[in-house]
Amino acid sequence: MRVLSLAGRRLAASIPTLILILVGVFLLLQFAPGDTVDAMMAQMGGGDARTAEDLRRFYGLDLSVSAQLGNYLWRLVRFDLGFSAIYGKPVATVIAERLPATILLMTASLSFAFFFGIILGVIAARGVNRWPDTLISTVGLIFYATPSFWFGLMAIVVFSIYLQWLPAGGLSDITSTATGIWRVLDTARHLVLPTLTLGLIFLAIYLRIMRASMLEVLNLDFVRTARAKGLDETRIITRHVLRNALLPMVTLIGLQAGTMLGGSVVVESVFSLPGLGRLAYESVVQRDLNTLLGIIFVSALLVITVNFIVDLVYARLDPRITTGV
Amino acid sequence: MEVVRAYFRSPAAIVGLFLLLVVIAMAASAGWLFPRDPLALAGRPLVWPFTNPRFPLGTDNSGRDIAAQIFYGARISLLIGGVATVIAVFIGIVIGAVSGYYGGWVDNVLMRITEAFQTLPNFLLLLVLIAVFGSNINTVIIAIGIVSWPAPARLTRAEFLSLRNREFVQAGRTLGLKDLKLIFGEILPNALPPVIVYASVVMAVSILLESALAFLRLSDPNVASWGNLIGLGRDVLRVQWYVSAIPGIAILLTVLAVSLVGQGLNDALNPRLKGR
Repeated sequence: MRVLSLAGRRLAASIPTLILILVGVFLLLQFAPGDTVDAMMAQMGGGDARTAEDLRRFYGLDLSVSAQLGNYLWRLVRFDLGFSAIYGKPVATVIAERLPATILLMTASLSFAFFFGIILGVIAARGVNRWPDTLISTVGLIFYATPSFWFGLMAIVVFSIYLQWLPAGGLSDITSTATGIWRVLDTARHLVLPTLTLGLIFLAIYLRIMRASMLEVLNLDFVRTARAKGLDETRIITRHVLRNALLPMVTLIGLQAGTMLGGSVVVESVFSLPGLGRLAYESVVQRDLNTLLGIIFVSALLVITVNFIVDLVYARLDPRITTGV
Repeated sequence: MEVVRAYFRSPAAIVGLFLLLVVIAMAASAGWLFPRDPLALAGRPLVWPFTNPRFPLGTDNSGRDIAAQIFYGARISLLIGGVATVIAVFIGIVIGAVSGYYGGWVDNVLMRITEAFQTLPNFLLLLVLIAVFGSNINTVIIAIGIVSWPAPARLTRAEFLSLRNREFVQAGRTLGLKDLKLIFGEILPNALPPVIVYASVVMAVSILLESALAFLRLSDPNVASWGNLIGLGRDVLRVQWYVSAIPGIAILLTVLAVSLVGQGLNDALNPRLKGR
């Protein structure tokens, strides 16, 4: 229960942050050249000033900035994100359609990076300054320096064009009518390359942190005690070291949730996935500012949620955190 | 001198410095080796690399020399990496220093703002800034600097928190030094080394951010940027994949160089942490 109340307090503390973000971005968007009505008029192929004025009144764009901001926040309280003039649907609907692909991609990439980061980090730390360590650290450095979209393009060239093993884009085969397990497998096949692409840089970061924190924990007294008791090395690593070495890794997930969401903008564009990131890009290009603001709101919520979960996991890994010792 | 010697003891750091010098040399010699505008038509489109001695790295979809774009691109990448990093580190140091030195409500307010910047995915914020202020190269550089300051700010703040009650600061206070003088004259020089090392990370990330923007065609189309070229090459990826591949390798090596130099500096400045 203490865990929940602690995490709950953190959650409450993030509400001002959320409001700060929304107000900040809202005011920032007021400087944008052209508003939604301009974009709509352009789409309709132009129109007279009267129509524009009517539309502005209809969307509440003729009010003062502070009144608009007040309206927006008041609507947000009721979970109304406004209306997307470009998509002709409520912003909430547009985002809800795009959210699953992004969450799927992020979860897959995070699991991939986390899992292989731990394994490679442990291998590197156990053979510190010998060839496995040198090899893994070098590969990690190269992954860290690789632009993700470029890696994605090259992966498409190799795996989709030359080898023809994996699809080059999309979330599922449009010609396929598969259902059930086959549909899941089809989606999984489509997600292999995007997951690798998005996860690569995080893999590099995780393996480096894992290696460092393994090295640190391996030098602590309780590990020496465990060795002195005569435990075998595998048991020491899995039971004693790993749990403690995982703490910085978990912290990192929370810190990088935002970076990962940002990375998904590019990866979703490379693999034409119908996700939130791509929607963000499209709404910038199409000047759909209402949708853009909605995406900002949902992304911030997503990051806050991830951090909430991280807090819970953290407390489970290290009980001292909740007892306040 | 001790630091320089420690730096050159690591082979990775030497490789990094060498790569970085190569990139700088490319940027410096671009105008001399390729006197013509790198974005001007130079020959037939889509000439493969190593087939025509006039175009060692081939030409892109519209017949522009890829080698020239790579050399001029080095300028843009270094410019973006350098200026955006200076902006980010400058904002970070000022906010972190004020926040860490004064504490109390000032710290509270500034950290709230920092947290807001960290909660918002920085690439999304970058998209918003580009949408609002346009994608001319100056705005892109400033926007990248604006989204990258929170991490240096937190680092500076942490250093200030541990330094602000040391004897030398108290001595300075007793001597009647003004706050500004204490912050920037006394504490900052001691807090600076980790921030300078971290600047290499900011620089690597800035170069990657600009290339990603350029790839999405949201950066300045009128400069020879590596990301622009990758974005162009995407259209002919199926057969002429080299148009995208070559600039990607350039970005990879540049970012690698910057990170290796940063790591080398880190190891040289904090020998205790070596190998971490």
